[in-house]
Amino acid sequence: MNRNARRGYASTGWLVVMYGLTVLALIPLGLILWFTVSRGLPPALHVEFFTNSFRPVGVPGAGVVHAIVGTGILVGLASVMAIPVGILGGVYLAEYNVARWASWVRLASDVLVGTPSIAIGLFAYALVVAPTHHFSGYSGAVALAVLMLPIVIRTTEGAVALIPSGLRESGLALGLPRWRVSLQLILPAAVPGVITGALLAVARASGETAPLLFTAFGNQHLVFDPNSQLQALPLTVYQYALQPYRSLQDQAWGAALVLVVIVLGINLASRWVLRRQIALAGQL
Amino acid sequence: MATAVDTGVVIPPARRVPDRFRTVTAAVASIVPLVVVVIVVILFLQAEPAVRRYGLGFLTGIDWNPVTESFGALPALFGTVATSFLALALALPVGVAVAITLAEPGQKGIRGVIGTGVELLAAIPSVVYGIWALYVLAPWSYAHIEVPISERFGSIGWLSQPGVRSLFNASLVLAVMILPTLSAISRDVIRAVPRGLRENAVALGATWWETTWRVILPAARAGIFGATILALGRALGETIAVTMVIGNNHALPPSIFAPAYTLSAVIANEFTEATGVYHPAALIELGLVLIMVTLIVNVVALLLVRSTAKDVSHAA
Repeated sequence: MNRNARRGYASTGWLVVMYGLTVLALIPLGLILWFTVSRGLPPALHVEFFTNSFRPVGVPGAGVVHAIVGTGILVGLASVMAIPVGILGGVYLAEYNVARWASWVRLASDVLVGTPSIAIGLFAYALVVAPTHHFSGYSGAVALAVLMLPIVIRTTEGAVALIPSGLRESGLALGLPRWRVSLQLILPAAVPGVITGALLAVARASGETAPLLFTAFGNQHLVFDPNSQLQALPLTVYQYALQPYRSLQDQAWGAALVLVVIVLGINLASRWVLRRQIALAGQL
Repeated sequence: MATAVDTGVVIPPARRVPDRFRTVTAAVASIVPLVVVVIVVILFLQAEPAVRRYGLGFLTGIDWNPVTESFGALPALFGTVATSFLALALALPVGVAVAITLAEPGQKGIRGVIGTGVELLAAIPSVVYGIWALYVLAPWSYAHIEVPISERFGSIGWLSQPGVRSLFNASLVLAVMILPTLSAISRDVIRAVPRGLRENAVALGATWWETTWRVILPAARAGIFGATILALGRALGETIAVTMVIGNNHALPPSIFAPAYTLSAVIANEFTEATGVYHPAALIELGLVLIMVTLIVNVVALLLVRSTAKDVSHAA
C-alpha cells in the first residue's frame, strides 16, 4: 500500500471517529429526554397532578401545583428585578462599548455568569434571610435575579450591537437626543433579541435548584405570599427524588417532565425569536 | 414607527451637552460589578468566625465534625477538584470532536440540528441531570464500567471498591453537563480560523485529517484551551447533580469508585441544618473557597478566549 493511500485511509478513519464521537455526545440528550418522558408521563397524566399540592405518602391524588405556582412567583419577581436593569445595562454596554467602565461591567457579568449558583444562594441568604430571620420567596427571587442579570445584559448588548450604526447616525443627524435614539429608535429595532435574552434568563432561573435550597426553602402547601416559604419545581424534583418512597419518586419524575417541557419550550421559542431578530437586522 | 421631529424646532447652535443618558445607564450597569463585590464581601464577613478560628489549617484539615466543631475543607476541596478534572478528561475528546464536526463547511441542515441538540443539552436543568444520573446513569455505570474495571484492575488501590454513588459517577454526569460549553465555544473558535489557512493546507495536498490536526487545531489551540477552562469553571461550581450521586462522604476517597464529597455538595446538604456559630461560618467559608477557585479559573479562561480571538483575527 503506498503512502498516499495510507494517508487517505487514515484521514477517513479519523473522520469516522469524529462523527462517531459526535453521535456519542447526542446519546445522553436522547436518554435524558426518553427517561423523563417515559417515567414522568404516567404520574403527570392525572389531572390531580396539576390541581393538588402535597399529600402524605399513601394518600392518593398528590400533585405539584404548589411548586408550579411557586416557580411562577419566584421567577416572575426575579424577572421584575433583573430584566429592566439588564436591558438598560446592555444598552449602556452596546452604546458606549469603548468606555473603560464598560469593559469592567462586561468582565463582571462574565464573572457573575460563572459564579457557582450555590454561592449566589449563600449570598441571598446572608443578604435577605439572615436579617429578616425567615426563609422567604423574596430571598429566592433575589438569588434568581442575580443569576438572570448577566444573561439579560449580555444578550441585550449583542442584540443592540447587531443594529446597523446607520440607524443611530440618522437619528442623531435629525437632532434627537441620545436617550431618544437609544430607547426609542435602537431598542425597538432590537426588541426580538432582547426578548431572546429575557426568555433564556427565565428558562435558566426556572431550572435552578441550588440557590433556592436555603432561600425559598420549599413549602408543602399552596401559598401565594412571596413573604412566606415557597416551593419550586426543581426543589420538588430534588427533594422527592431522594426519598425512599416509590410514589414520591414518580412525582419527582413527573415534576422533572414539567420542568423540562417548560425550559426546553422557552429555549426553542427564544431561538425562533432570535432568528427573526437576525432577519430584521439584515433588512435595516 | 414614526420618529419624525417637529419641523418647527429651531436647531440651537452646537454646544457640548453633558450626556445624562450615559450617566444613568452607566449607573444602572454598575449594579453588576457591585453585586460581584458585595457577594465576596458579604460571604467573607459571614465566614469570618471560621476564618479567624481555623486560619489556613481550614484548607488542609481532613476532619469534619460539627459536634466537636472541628472543620477541615480538604476532602471536599479534593472531591471538587478531582471530579472536575476527571469530567474534563472524559469530556474533552468528545467535545473537540463535536466542535470539529460542527465547524466543517457544508451540510448546514444536519449540522444545525446537531448543534441545536448539543445546545439543548446545556439548557436542561441540573436537577434533571441529577435524577437521571441517580436512577439511570449511576446504576448503569456501576454495572458496566466500575465493576468490570475493578475486577480486572482491583489490585490497583484507586480502581477498587466499586459503588453506585461514587466520585467516578459524579464525574461522568459532570462530563455530560460540560460537553455543550466545551463544544459550543470550541466550534466558534475553530470557525474563526481564517479560511485561507484551511485552503492553503488543502492546496498543498494535505488530507482532511492532516489539515484538521496539523493546521486548524494548532491555530485554534489557545481558544480551545480557554473553552476547556471555562468548562472547568462550570464543573467546579455544579451542585445539585453532583450532590445526588457522589455519595456524601466526608473523607479522602481511597478509590475513584468510592463515595466522596464536593464543596458545593457539603453546603447544599448541611447549610439549612447548621447551628451555632462555627458550623454555618465554616460552610460559608467553603462557599468562599469555591467562589475564589472558580473566579480565578474563569478570569484566566476569559482572558485566554479573548486573546485568541484577537490573535486569529490578526492572522487573517
